[in-house]
Amino acid sequence: MSARTTSPRTERGPATDVAGLGTGRALLFVLPALALIGAFLVFPALWTLYLGVLKYDLAGSNAAAPQFVGLGNYLDALTDPRFGNALVLTVAFVGLSAVLGQNVLGFLLAVVLRDAVSWVRGTVNAVVLLAWILPGTVVVFLWQALLDRGGGTLNAILGTPGAAWTLDHPLATIVVFNVWRGTAFSMLLYSAALGAVPRSQLETARTYGAGPLRTLCDVVLPHIRGHILTNTLLITLWTFNDFAPYMLTGGGPDHRSETLPVYVYRTSIEGGALGYGSAISLIMLVINLVIALVYLRLLRRRSA
Amino acid sequence: MSAPEDGPARAARQAVARVGRYVFAGLVLVFFALPLVWLVATPFARTPSYRVPAPSFTLHNFRVLFDNPYAVRSIGNSLVLAAGTALLAVVFAGTAAYALSRVRLPGRDAVLYAILLLSSIVTGTAAMVPIFLMLFQLDLIDNRLALILVLTGGLLPSAMFILKDFMDTVPRSYEESARVFGASPFQILRHVVAPVVRPGLATIAVWAVVQVWGNFLLPYILLRDPGKQPAAVIMYTFYDEGGQPNFALISTFSLLYSVPVVLCYLLVNRRYGFRFQGGIKG
Amino acid sequence: MSSRRVVAAAVLVTACLTVTSCVGAKKAAGPGDPQRNANAAHATLTISTNAISGGKNAQEADWITKELIPAFEKAEKAKGKNVTVTYQANGIDDAKYGEKLELSLKAGGGPDIYVIGGDSLSKYAAAGYIAPLETIVGPKANDWPGWKQVDAPVKKNVSLNGKYYGVPTGVDGRVLFYNRKLFAKAGLPATWQPTSWADILAAGRKLAKLPGVTPIQVDAGTPMGEATTMQGFLPLLAGAGAEIYDAKTHKYQGDTKALRDALGFYRTLYRTAKLGDPKLQQDPNGRDESFTEFSQGKLGIIGESDYLWRSIVCPTKSVCNATSMPDRDKTVGYAMIPAERPGTGVGGQDFVSMSGGGGFTINPHTKYPQQAWDLLTFMRSATQIKAQLGSTVQITANKQVNDEILARDPALKYIADKVIPITRFRPSEEHYGAVGALLEEATGQVVAGKSIDEVAQAYERGVVKLVGANHVTSD
Repeated sequence: MSARTTSPRTERGPATDVAGLGTGRALLFVLPALALIGAFLVFPALWTLYLGVLKYDLAGSNAAAPQFVGLGNYLDALTDPRFGNALVLTVAFVGLSAVLGQNVLGFLLAVVLRDAVSWVRGTVNAVVLLAWILPGTVVVFLWQALLDRGGGTLNAILGTPGAAWTLDHPLATIVVFNVWRGTAFSMLLYSAALGAVPRSQLETARTYGAGPLRTLCDVVLPHIRGHILTNTLLITLWTFNDFAPYMLTGGGPDHRSETLPVYVYRTSIEGGALGYGSAISLIMLVINLVIALVYLRLLRRRSA
Repeated sequence: MSAPEDGPARAARQAVARVGRYVFAGLVLVFFALPLVWLVATPFARTPSYRVPAPSFTLHNFRVLFDNPYAVRSIGNSLVLAAGTALLAVVFAGTAAYALSRVRLPGRDAVLYAILLLSSIVTGTAAMVPIFLMLFQLDLIDNRLALILVLTGGLLPSAMFILKDFMDTVPRSYEESARVFGASPFQILRHVVAPVVRPGLATIAVWAVVQVWGNFLLPYILLRDPGKQPAAVIMYTFYDEGGQPNFALISTFSLLYSVPVVLCYLLVNRRYGFRFQGGIKG
Repeated sequence: MSSRRVVAAAVLVTACLTVTSCVGAKKAAGPGDPQRNANAAHATLTISTNAISGGKNAQEADWITKELIPAFEKAEKAKGKNVTVTYQANGIDDAKYGEKLELSLKAGGGPDIYVIGGDSLSKYAAAGYIAPLETIVGPKANDWPGWKQVDAPVKKNVSLNGKYYGVPTGVDGRVLFYNRKLFAKAGLPATWQPTSWADILAAGRKLAKLPGVTPIQVDAGTPMGEATTMQGFLPLLAGAGAEIYDAKTHKYQGDTKALRDALGFYRTLYRTAKLGDPKLQQDPNGRDESFTEFSQGKLGIIGESDYLWRSIVCPTKSVCNATSMPDRDKTVGYAMIPAERPGTGVGGQDFVSMSGGGGFTINPHTKYPQQAWDLLTFMRSATQIKAQLGSTVQITANKQVNDEILARDPALKYIADKVIPITRFRPSEEHYGAVGALLEEATGQVVAGKSIDEVAQAYERGVVKLVGANHVTSD
């Protein structure tokens, strides 16, 4: 608690209208953003929800006259073993690659690079960021070249010719891939967060002979708890809705890397049923909502 | 604990820790750099393929790339889309985030979170149907400005979410003194707040560029003329007559396509610093 | 201040509703008067295909922009008509292309002339995206002299309930391609024609003795997409005596003996006799990989369309690139696909095949139906068909052109003469796409080791869910 008083976060008071905006002008400032969000986000989202109660396809008789099926799509989804499989895989994918992988690696990188020589920091930073900003289509080719069965870089290095990584370890493949692709965000966020931990307190901890683990638990973590929660929330939501695994494994083999977004894609495009896909989208939204609420609860407890 | 014994032991421990840290950094570097080998090696290979090539050097693949009628142009199209979207996203998210940070509008947080969550379901084909039909009715298919607006709409929730956090950290005293001198709210935002949150605005700009740079589905569906299509779409057309991927085109284009977004990051990072504020308030 | 917010929210909601209602309001009307705008001073037409200059199907895109359009505009001008034609290039993944085309058609827009696959006819007709040509342009559509040049089975690719919905482009056929050099090494004959599934497996067993060679590739599983059904499952099913959909009884095959036999062949091939590479069937790049292996002499027998011969292993480096085989004509042999045993094939046949193809069609909502018909028939004139092919050879939908060009390529002549007469086509029933996906899934599971009975039952449950139990045969 005493640590909070020295934190720069204390500057954030409750919203105070120091610039004299007034509600009217504030609305004016918000309006362009809200208009675009309303037209291109809220409207399609509501439409998607509406599609969820229809049998709606892009072609065929259900394109000319969509049939109303009520909760039929939802019942179909909840009784489809493939949906259950996808849900379990998604939880594993998010837990391993985002909550654990990106979070921990990002934090470690932020800690290690903080005290590293500048050229080391610069190089590692650049390479990690490159993985994050390269276009998705390019990244897919990079990973195919890495994991290729016949002449992939990984097999050449490990001396395991013919090892089919994407086929034998599909979940592990997409987990490692997502750690590679997304760690940069956590690293950046934690770098910023660590900058907010007062050096004086670290010094104090050191003078009292606290080991690195003690320092971490007693000094660093309380300061950046909010950052950890925010980071985890964002990367959880992003990973949950991430379609990139499809580009790597196509959801296979035998649905072993078919996360929910991949499942939606495969049922709604390959199966041609947009209504069904929309229904699952809503289920996913509800799950996202639950995740967000849990995080918010944790965040509130912190500030209480 | 007696200090004389503690000193050397601690120094040794610190040395070990330092070595450990550099080993860790080295391993991370290898992990992140390994997949990038293909990107730098294949464009110059005599027989480019899915695989990292044996060392060989040729510029022939670039000849093939520059002969393609759409490849180079598509990078320009991507630049237009990315720049337009980044600009609109920064301006609209900036003004909105500032207002939300300073004025307590009722239900503010709920609305913010609601649109953030909604943005997650507006993906894929199902969401394309309403957007396409809407633009079709308004006769805005094949219109780049309309596409930029749609792209911006999709990025705004996250952008507002992140920017509001930056806005919250701007000391109120700056604005108060500006107001004393008679500045209007817009002038305060433009001349007092914006410079302080510049790293945040720059971060959002880069983030928007990265998002648009990789977006395939929206431009593909909403544009008709392949001469207007961005690189993310054109990259999917690089097949041989027989339908096999054409790696002479794919490898060189991958490199060309990656350079602008990397440059954009480097430029912004050098000028403003690229970072996230974090600790977004609940 | 909350009242203002309510007002803002109300404005937003109203805007959304307005847009929704006007989107819903514009229902695509049926084709109108065939003679509309027939005498327009200036007509504009658009053609769309999944091709792009410098990329996918570049030859087609170049033909349309550089030869077809200038020639057509000139010909119209000579008739005193002013028509401007534009080409919408795409050249993207086929599924993505279909999605965009369907969205445009659904909105009531879309190109005036586009390509349609034979298997999507009924799906598109049910949605109102296509209509019989006679209702779009009038009775002259049925009197087109070009019809005389089209073989009867090829007409099926563009017809539904006895009416033409488009003008056909061409046709292909499936055979077994084999590597003669490997056959010689394995002590197999240079000219090979298996007469039963057992013959194929016997050849595979001999090939298996060669080091580093995969004996047989028959496509299976989801990653292979439509290749699984067209090159693999459906020819096998035909060899076991059944077609996937019976157009007379309106029934799909469920868990039947023929279906189990076809799945059984997969099981023997990939699990029991281990004559194929199961991993390849799971690999998202598996089909490309099978082409590479075949072109490098690492694969003995592959079931494929003549597309392999024309566009994958052709001797021309500029067309076939890394997989081209300069000695193709000597090394690659071809044989008809045998039925399970002689005479057990569909229709009592000894040999079977599957064919695909489609045609160009006119958008029912075109503003200029007469001009579009002129363009459509101009496109399918012998001159333009030959211009489209350039130096390449393909089985076209025009007998006169075929007679001229097929002499240049013995393999295609063989397929045109021997295979096309006995071939079968994918059903044009609107659920076929979804049934095909179930078949991909089923074959993939057999290759992965699941039991035939389990897979066949799961497949049947899927089909019943799609079309209802009274549209499924089971025994």
